[in-house]
Amino acid sequence: MNRYPWWKYLILGLAMVVGLLYTLPNFFGEAPAVQVSSARATVKIDAGMVPRVEQAVKAAGLQPDFVQLEGLSVRARLADTDAQLKARDAIVKALNPDPADPSYIVALNLVSRSPQWLTGLHALPMYLGLDLRGGVHFLMQVDMAAALTKKTESLTGDVRTLLRDQSIRHSGINRAGDSIEVRLRDRETLDKARLALTDAQADMVWTEGADPAELKLTGRIKPEAVRNVGQQALTQNINTLHNRINELGVSEPVIQQQGTDRVVVQLPGVQDVAKAKDIIGRTATLEVRMVDDSAEAQAALTGSGPVPFGTEKFLERGGVPIIVKRQVVLTGENLTDAQAGFDDNHQPAVHLTLDARGSRIFRDVTRESIGKRMAILLFEKGKGEVVTAPVIRSEIGGGRVQISGSMTPMESADTALLLRAGSLAAPMEIIEERLIGPSLGAENIAKGFDSVLYGFIAIAIFMSAYYMLFGVFSTLALGVNLLLLVAILSMLQATLTLPGIAAIALVLGMAIDANVLINERVREELRNGTSPQMSIHLGYERAFATILDSNVTTLIAGVALLAFGSGPVRGFAVVHCLGILTSMFSAVFFSRGLVNLWYGRKKKLQGVSIGQVWKPAPQPGSAPTSTAVTTPKA
Amino acid sequence: MEFFRFRRDIAFMRHALVFNAISFVTFALAVFFLFSRGLHLSIEFTGGTVIETEYAQSADIAKVRSTVEAMNFGEVQVQKFGTSRDVLIRLPLRGDVRQSEVVGRVYAQLCAAEGGLLKPVQTTTPKGETISRQACETGAGATATEPLKLTRSEFVGPQVGKELAEDGLKALAFVVAGIMVYLAVRFEWKFAVAAIIANLHDVIIILGFFAFFQWEFSLAVLAAVLAVLGYSVNESVVIFDRIREAFRKFRKMTTPEVIDHAITSTMSRTIITHGSTQMMVLSMLLFGGPTLHYFALALTIGILFGIYSSVFVAAAIAMWLGVKREDLIGQARKDQDPNDPNSGAVV
Repeated sequence: MNRYPWWKYLILGLAMVVGLLYTLPNFFGEAPAVQVSSARATVKIDAGMVPRVEQAVKAAGLQPDFVQLEGLSVRARLADTDAQLKARDAIVKALNPDPADPSYIVALNLVSRSPQWLTGLHALPMYLGLDLRGGVHFLMQVDMAAALTKKTESLTGDVRTLLRDQSIRHSGINRAGDSIEVRLRDRETLDKARLALTDAQADMVWTEGADPAELKLTGRIKPEAVRNVGQQALTQNINTLHNRINELGVSEPVIQQQGTDRVVVQLPGVQDVAKAKDIIGRTATLEVRMVDDSAEAQAALTGSGPVPFGTEKFLERGGVPIIVKRQVVLTGENLTDAQAGFDDNHQPAVHLTLDARGSRIFRDVTRESIGKRMAILLFEKGKGEVVTAPVIRSEIGGGRVQISGSMTPMESADTALLLRAGSLAAPMEIIEERLIGPSLGAENIAKGFDSVLYGFIAIAIFMSAYYMLFGVFSTLALGVNLLLLVAILSMLQATLTLPGIAAIALVLGMAIDANVLINERVREELRNGTSPQMSIHLGYERAFATILDSNVTTLIAGVALLAFGSGPVRGFAVVHCLGILTSMFSAVFFSRGLVNLWYGRKKKLQGVSIGQVWKPAPQPGSAPTSTAVTTPKA
Repeated sequence: MEFFRFRRDIAFMRHALVFNAISFVTFALAVFFLFSRGLHLSIEFTGGTVIETEYAQSADIAKVRSTVEAMNFGEVQVQKFGTSRDVLIRLPLRGDVRQSEVVGRVYAQLCAAEGGLLKPVQTTTPKGETISRQACETGAGATATEPLKLTRSEFVGPQVGKELAEDGLKALAFVVAGIMVYLAVRFEWKFAVAAIIANLHDVIIILGFFAFFQWEFSLAVLAAVLAVLGYSVNESVVIFDRIREAFRKFRKMTTPEVIDHAITSTMSRTIITHGSTQMMVLSMLLFGGPTLHYFALALTIGILFGIYSSVFVAAAIAMWLGVKREDLIGQARKDQDPNDPNSGAVV
């Protein structure tokens, strides 16, 4: 009766092994590392960086544990802090020949010390929240209204161009808030305009003005298009933030969307809020200028003459110098969008969209300079770099510019990203800011850990004393619960916070409930005179319905917290919900496994070690004990 | 060991009226304090700024207060926090100040008051992590000392707080509705209503404590309150389970007798379970430090009143609502094994 088939033990064994394996990385602690990330938007870190870093470290006579690419940075793990410092110096020397203008950020930080074979299994330590490791947290609100205004502005330009192209005469186009108003002279043109506009602008809804004296079409962006605009703005802002934050050399920055219009930025290890804000808030600017291809400029390039008056020398991406006029044709403000795509010949291309003012200037400039080159420059931290310098083939009106030729799709995507990286799609405002000192973080870990530890010990002592062997089984099950919970959290790479640790403690305190229910039931069955084997069987069986019920109600509360909570509450809720699930497994399935293993084989079991089972003397009138018969007790 | 030796069922329901009266008075008091004193909401809900600094020597609270007050940020709260060297400063939201700059300005001012100067410092921890921060230093070079350190700061804008309060209420509504539906399906609507009334009364009482003592009500406390709601409902569930079973087993018992029997036979489990959970919570209260203090406190009150309300309130309300044997045991199931606890489960 109390035996598990072999496959149930197999499942238990497997769960234990997996649990141990994934919990393991948390015990290794952290090792010093050197991290290389890009210092400029135009410098990209890819797999090619790994051998360079490796070489530099090895040339310094050091043996790194590993060098690998993780996200946007390359990291080398070293044995100790001495080697770390030496490695940093060696890498800086190798990668940044000009210390005044570094292309790469080389920073010291920490990575997990867990061995490679564990990492290979994707067994990584839990990600610690800022309250446990110290750092800064920002919650930023993206100004969606501004993004929408910008979008409407650019659409207004499109409408103007469209009507002109189709020779539809109007008496004025202007933007009123988030809508576009087109005034027309007569009904015939109004119908024509509406047809043309509805055709060309899939994202807008056009309605006729109510006033018969004034013929007017009002266009509004459709709600789903508004959502799109918002999402794009958010994505672009997040990308831009990624590029900028690289510079801080943070080991594991978190930049995430929260809700529909917010971005969370978490920078572990950073304590300088002012600097972090400065970097987040910095604007890189984009400028369009003409390239000077005159003979003097050519001479200056080869080094045989001075840079001509009114021009400047910049480096193109890839390091080729180029002479560019000082006069700025356009700035990034006039650029509303840049997307990678393909041209008519299916060659990779970058499509730029300019606003109304930008289009007008661009048309004038291109008309005068067919055959000449223009340069698009990105200025960061006061230093400019030429992103691309295409030749102007024809006059470009309408604000839609296409850059194509001799590009791979990868390059066009990079260029588009860079052109967008210059600016944030919509301004952001910090609405929440938190700084946690590193010592406070360490203190929180210690306190959280102590709470769990002492609570666990207290429960273990009590359970073992009160329920004897069954108490020991319950304690072991509780230990497995903790193990599985930590393993799952590590597997999911969930962020562990102090409320999360509190949830672990609470879940352990609650999980013991299931075992108490079972043990009490088994005792009750024994009290009623059932045979030991049968008591175990019935105890587990009858307690199960109750355990399920009580866990479901607790889970409902957990899910509510998960659904509506944010920040610290979410961290609590995730652990709480997972803990309820693992406790079902360990308290019922695992502890039964132990009991079966211990008692299951004994055919003539005389007693069960579950503590004293007290039996009242039979008394008339007390219902529950009226059926009690005396049997040997434990 | 066996702590609980009941020779016969304790007649809880005979005193149901008394318990309900006690509950009602506590509840009324809690509501009264909630309205008269209000909750001391943390800045997560109200918006504002909190700065925690650690002084090298015992801090001079009066000096800190006057320094911060001189900056005209409105009503400033300055208090010691943990040790005598830790100072906690709370600043309200002010429309006319760039909120995200407040922390930096206050820190600079406090630093200047100690005769120091803020400068960016880069240090490498013994483990090998570079940390750059704004340090407040007096003196120069190797003799430089830090009179105070910024250990924690938090700024919450007005938009966030309002949303958090709304989300908290939504979560509460979701929990209440979810649990009621579950209990109504699993048992019967009368139990659902009884359990929710009993446990909401716990929630109000926890809030009442926080209002009366003006303990800080933070997001973590809210999480604790909701967790406790789910937890103490399961207490009621265990008792209801027993009531159903007893209805089935002991056909001659009256409803109050059945309830008495259910409560008596689960008493041991109730006390032991809650005792174990409370041990964990106590451990958090003792070792968890100030951050977990109120969280653990809310749990403690919740657990204690949870026992009381599930045992004395929920069952009594179910009784007043007129729970009958027929509510839980369908007529068609007479031929089934009366010992099967699941035979009454209708879903």
